[in-house]
Amino acid sequence: MSRLGVTPSQTVGPFFTIGLTWDDGNQVVPAGTPGEVWIRGVVYDGAGDPIPDAVIETWQANQDGRFPSADDPRGAVESDGFRGLGRSGTDRDGRYQIRTVKPGPLPAPGGAIEAPHIDVTVLARGLLARLVTRIYFSDEQAANESDPVLAALPPNADARSLIAVAQEDGYRFDIHLQGEQETVFFEV
Amino acid sequence: MTEQSTPDLILPCYPRDQVGVDPPLDYRGYGSTQLRHPLKPLVVLPQMLTEVTGPVLGEGRVGPTDNDLTVQHEGEPIGQRIQVSGRLLDSDGRAIPNALVEVWQANASGRYKHGNDDWPAPLDPNFTGAGRCLTDSEGRYRFVTIRPGAYPWKNHPNAWRPAHIHFSLFGRAFTQRLVTQMYFPADPLFSQDPIFNSVPDPKARERMISSFDWDTTEDHWQLGYTWDIVLRGPEATVFEEPHA
Repeated sequence: MSRLGVTPSQTVGPFFTIGLTWDDGNQVVPAGTPGEVWIRGVVYDGAGDPIPDAVIETWQANQDGRFPSADDPRGAVESDGFRGLGRSGTDRDGRYQIRTVKPGPLPAPGGAIEAPHIDVTVLARGLLARLVTRIYFSDEQAANESDPVLAALPPNADARSLIAVAQEDGYRFDIHLQGEQETVFFEV
Repeated sequence: MTEQSTPDLILPCYPRDQVGVDPPLDYRGYGSTQLRHPLKPLVVLPQMLTEVTGPVLGEGRVGPTDNDLTVQHEGEPIGQRIQVSGRLLDSDGRAIPNALVEVWQANASGRYKHGNDDWPAPLDPNFTGAGRCLTDSEGRYRFVTIRPGAYPWKNHPNAWRPAHIHFSLFGRAFTQRLVTQMYFPADPLFSQDPIFNSVPDPKARERMISSFDWDTTEDHWQLGYTWDIVLRGPEATVFEEPHA
């Protein structure tokens, strides 16, 4: 069977807010959802300056570790208003914010358990393809220690850059595209 | 909770086997990459549950005029009316139905309706430049719009972006997420455009160019262009029935 060539990626450019922002984009769960948290952070460039024209997208399981997706071999699970997807443009100070719930742990092939995590896509002018990273949680230390992805990071990858730090109403997760504090980015 | 171990969890795999398709993150010709590309190599992320699933979007998110960018205001926008249509497929040729397609573009004079666009070409009060639709059961999408203009930018001396429409696709899995740009045939501006040329394989570059299409060109009404979008597909499962 001949396979089709895939369509290449191109940058989202500086004007994506015309088409990509939704009024409720950053609401993975509706206000008032039990266990709701805000994940907030700043996206920085290699000069340490905040990036005012990035968009962050998140994808995650619900609190029970289930997805509203038929591609989950365990079956799709819908839960009250849970969308799984979050999308937030950065403001002039490079800040994004997502209202969500902390996902549950996930089974992995071979019997491993993945620690609670959120997959993140970063799009911006100057990024010819998306960047992918993961958010883990500072108050899940035991789960993080047995997470198969964190365990397999190469020695020069700083796992601390993947850990969101607990705050009063949620977590802080800054993203450094380049430089000394560079976030670990993945090829997926 | 799902903490019990499930050693028999079998997940699809989206191979990363097509080379020369995606642009390098560090690309000298495009100045804005310089402070925005990671310096460390990317770490390969095994595809697990979060990666092989994705959001189902659309119901309630797409309005009746969202796929016709020429009827979103009181008057008609200035410019050449075109239809852009095609199919959303995966690399095994399977249609991706019920998937959200988002587009945005400049107006006929090459100006975006965006506060940061300082190219002083006229804005068009009858054109916003944003559209959405869902693919049908056979993966087909269709937009009616006006042909966007080329516009200058400051990347290099006398730099002009070829006319393009931005496309955003989710497919059905996180692995398939794609943001790209659709171009028009035989644009003389391709040769100097670093964004278009950042795609290493010339054949892959061609896949970003739409085709003029007589079948969707309508007499005294619109020009037709077709463009199929191909997302990475899951590897064929080993449980397929052998051919008899």
